[in-house]
Amino acid sequence: MKKTIFVGAATVVTLAAGAAMAGTADDVKARGKLNCGVTTGLAGFAAPDANGEWKGFDVSMCRAVAAAVLGDPNAVEFVPTTGKTRFTALASGEIDLLARNTTWTFSRDVDLKFEFIGVNYYDGQGFMVPKELGVSSAKELDGATVCIQTGTTTELNLADFFRTNNISYEPVPIETNAEAQQQYLAGACDVYTTDASGLAATRASFEDPSAHILLPEIISKEPLGPLVRHGDHEWGDVARWTLNALISAEELGVTSANINDIASSTENPEIKRLLGTEGTLGEMLGLDAEWAQRAIAAGGNYGEIFAKNIGEDTPIGLARGLNAQWTDGGLLYSPPFR
Amino acid sequence: MTTLTDPPKEHFRLSMLLYDTRYRSATIQVVALMGFMLLAAWLLSNTIQNLEALGKPVEFGFFSEPASYDINQRLLEYDSRDSHLRAAFIGLLNTLVVAVLGCITATIVGVLVGVLRLSSNWLVAKIMTVYVEMFRNVPVLLWIVFAMAILIESLPAPRAFRGENPTATMDLFNTVAVTNRGVYIPEALFSRSLGDIHFFGESAMRFDVSLDLIAIIIVLAGSIFAMRKVTAWANKTQEQTGDRPKIWHILLGLIFVPMLILLVALGFHLGYPELKGFNFTGGTHLRNSLIALWLALSLYTAAFIAEIVRGGILAISHGQTEAAAALGLRQGRIMRLVILPQALRVIIPPMISNYLNLTKNSSLAIAVGYMDITGTLGGITMNQTGRELECVLLLMLVYLAISLSISAVMNWYNERVKLVER
Repeated sequence: MKKTIFVGAATVVTLAAGAAMAGTADDVKARGKLNCGVTTGLAGFAAPDANGEWKGFDVSMCRAVAAAVLGDPNAVEFVPTTGKTRFTALASGEIDLLARNTTWTFSRDVDLKFEFIGVNYYDGQGFMVPKELGVSSAKELDGATVCIQTGTTTELNLADFFRTNNISYEPVPIETNAEAQQQYLAGACDVYTTDASGLAATRASFEDPSAHILLPEIISKEPLGPLVRHGDHEWGDVARWTLNALISAEELGVTSANINDIASSTENPEIKRLLGTEGTLGEMLGLDAEWAQRAIAAGGNYGEIFAKNIGEDTPIGLARGLNAQWTDGGLLYSPPFR
Repeated sequence: MTTLTDPPKEHFRLSMLLYDTRYRSATIQVVALMGFMLLAAWLLSNTIQNLEALGKPVEFGFFSEPASYDINQRLLEYDSRDSHLRAAFIGLLNTLVVAVLGCITATIVGVLVGVLRLSSNWLVAKIMTVYVEMFRNVPVLLWIVFAMAILIESLPAPRAFRGENPTATMDLFNTVAVTNRGVYIPEALFSRSLGDIHFFGESAMRFDVSLDLIAIIIVLAGSIFAMRKVTAWANKTQEQTGDRPKIWHILLGLIFVPMLILLVALGFHLGYPELKGFNFTGGTHLRNSLIALWLALSLYTAAFIAEIVRGGILAISHGQTEAAAALGLRQGRIMRLVILPQALRVIIPPMISNYLNLTKNSSLAIAVGYMDITGTLGGITMNQTGRELECVLLLMLVYLAISLSISAVMNWYNERVKLVER
């Protein structure tokens, strides 16, 4: 009789590229492409247009970073991620930067080991209901069926909101914005909740946007920002200061239209430092002197990007609100380029 | 005379491990095993090291933290303040519910379709063939999403039931509401309920068992036991006297009277669904995520089971059918009494793997927002805590345990039905 040795193969999940990350900036330069995680499709923030080209507010952030580091705003590989897959994609090294309206929270920053490089949109969670329901406040939603995107902070805020107000609800967890839209429009849920900006973007894509209203309650703080892996500070600095450059450019009046004139004619030392005609800020970042010029030229300064993708003249029609410059009563406030 | 000498005693030498064919295969296996274990150890230590480098050492403490999210379909009480472990447990029960419902439905549909595919009625046989080929050859995920889309898009929303001239009305004498959020059916209520027994105190696995349910089961079991006794007595009388006493009214009384008395004693009544506010309240809510998943999984698996059943039946020689027919048995009885019992021994083993497939396919639940264990433990919990490795390992363990249990039960059943060989 033959005895065969059976060995139960223990399946081990290894996290690829966990250790030994030389430096994301070097990797990106060597690759010649920036891998940028975005949503699977949210009009205004990140969605492919008719030609299959990614467009949107978050997409512009990716393009600005690619322009700063690689000199080409189109050297970006967009990786669509869902609320569930985004963190694994970033932690495993599949993407270098996650620009997917992700809320900056303590546990994501500290426990999940990510680094938020700033806030590019100050948001809050809101509710959208069909007008015909006659609801005027979220507190009237007792017993309602609510569609939520699973794996997001909105899921947790929602549980807290209904609990503290002592009213009940029926959650319908959904993977993507598109499915949520389908269920909401078919009346399978009464309410759709997510970040107010996302609601506005979703409503804009409806056949009849005026049949739906956003309730006045904003039940949470959702500072949305791009993020990178914890521990790679050089890369974090590049991304952080690219965002700051876009914000500063708006504050200093540098736009994609006038950037060439300003670069050669300005006498303002801060603009000169920002655009690299004076000082060595670029070198300190490990980039060349014109990095910020390219980032701003790629899609414009923060204000231009906002206006072009989600501003009041677009179908999404978001007001600047909290996202105005600090000089205009908003929260946008870039540290000085010095 | 020859002298018998013992064969020369061989001393074991190390080189024999390699050159002696008696030992060589063992040597190779031991070396291969060691190599495999080294590889496994390397993978394991690599994982742990990498996780530590990421600053995420493997630990399971997060399970006792509050989950902070709500689950819509919960068989046991749960709220967002309960722990992640409790949430995983609720998800596990949801997985088991859809797996059990799916396996039962798939078996019934599968056996029916399998038998009908062999029908001499051309139309019936062809329709069944079309059904089998359609379901078998399209990925189950598409069926799940398709079923959900049909439920959502074609059924009326609860608000269609409201107002003076509602566009939708409840079915079955106003007792069942079919909406695009699910089906609301009447629920059993007891006004003089016996209460519940609590198990496992305050732990994450705590659950209540209704004493009413236990009472009903005990009475039902008692009735069935008494019915068997009566039938046995009738058989005995028939053997002794040749006359079979009339017992159907006794049997009927035995099953219904005690149950009726018990239900009246418990104050049994039905709770009907009622449109209140945004949704129907009262009654039992079968969510459309459950219905879509259940339907798609069972119809998909039933197509495979039908083929297995057909194969099993065809494996029984036609002579058996002819012999049974010669004895005067009718078509239906030939199938039920002669063919199927023999076919079972061919059918059961591949059936096990179909049950396993159905159970594992239920992890596609998140596609329709059904909160199974993949949705809770492997979805929201994993996402909110960022403990991918721990969650996935645990998830794999859970599915392994479920699958092994199904195999064990089905193998036991297989032992019972297989032909006794002498």
